[in-house]
Amino acid sequence: MSSATAAALGAAFDTTALGGVLQSTALGVALQTAGLSAVPDPALVAVGGAVGAVARYLLGSAVDRESFPLGTLTVNVLGSFLLGLLVFHPVGGDALLLVGTGACGAFTTFSSFSVATVQLWDRGDRGRAVAFVAGNTLIAGGAVGLAAVLVGAV
Amino acid sequence: MSRDPRVLTLALVAVGGAAGASARRAVGGALPGLWGTLAANVSGSLLLGVLLYEALRTDRMGDRTRTLLATGVLSSYTTYSTFMVETARAEPVVGVAYLLASYGLGIAAALVGRDLAARVDPRADREVRV
Repeated sequence: MSSATAAALGAAFDTTALGGVLQSTALGVALQTAGLSAVPDPALVAVGGAVGAVARYLLGSAVDRESFPLGTLTVNVLGSFLLGLLVFHPVGGDALLLVGTGACGAFTTFSSFSVATVQLWDRGDRGRAVAFVAGNTLIAGGAVGLAAVLVGAV
Repeated sequence: MSRDPRVLTLALVAVGGAAGASARRAVGGALPGLWGTLAANVSGSLLLGVLLYEALRTDRMGDRTRTLLATGVLSSYTTYSTFMVETARAEPVVGVAYLLASYGLGIAAALVGRDLAARVDPRADREVRV
């Protein structure tokens, strides 16, 4: 994204305080993108993946519970919201590889979601297994919808 | 290598995360659109199922190996955020089919992984966290 495009996008949000935050975010991402263009794509994905995985480990293990995989639910919701912001407020390809494919992709996890659902079901917590699947779907889906509303994509 | 086990754990997660995200991008490059994400999420669920249920039953895999492969590589190889944004952006019928196929195949793959691990060593008296 060129800085002129970012400024034009940012100007569209000028009328509200939220718009100001989004504008500065858009400009920040645009500036980052300009500096990222010299970095090879595979390196962007790998670095983003490392950061996303460490963030998932730290946050996930802090909020996870023995009785319920709250950590997996939390990272999936937060990561879906952040990726929604990036995709609906379109950022440049390099920033999307670093933060979207790399960081958000690695921060959220589908494999832990599948295995945690099976483990809940196997140990007899069937209500929790259903609540876990429904919670991921509805809250993460709602977070993507909220991201779309916040950046004016709907 | 650091003597602080916490720093070592974070390093293993970071290296695994870089590898897992890179592998997912490679799958996405080979299979365009929703198919790439679906393939990564289903195959990752199968492998994580084998790995964690194998760890559940045996001592053969140490904590470091499990941290590198499960928390690092396989959790980063699969993605929920891309899956959910793709679902939201698809045509409604395609989105619902994609969501149901991802859940059905992903959970079925984790079950197959569990049963493969049980075949390797049918003890079930150990407990690990996902």
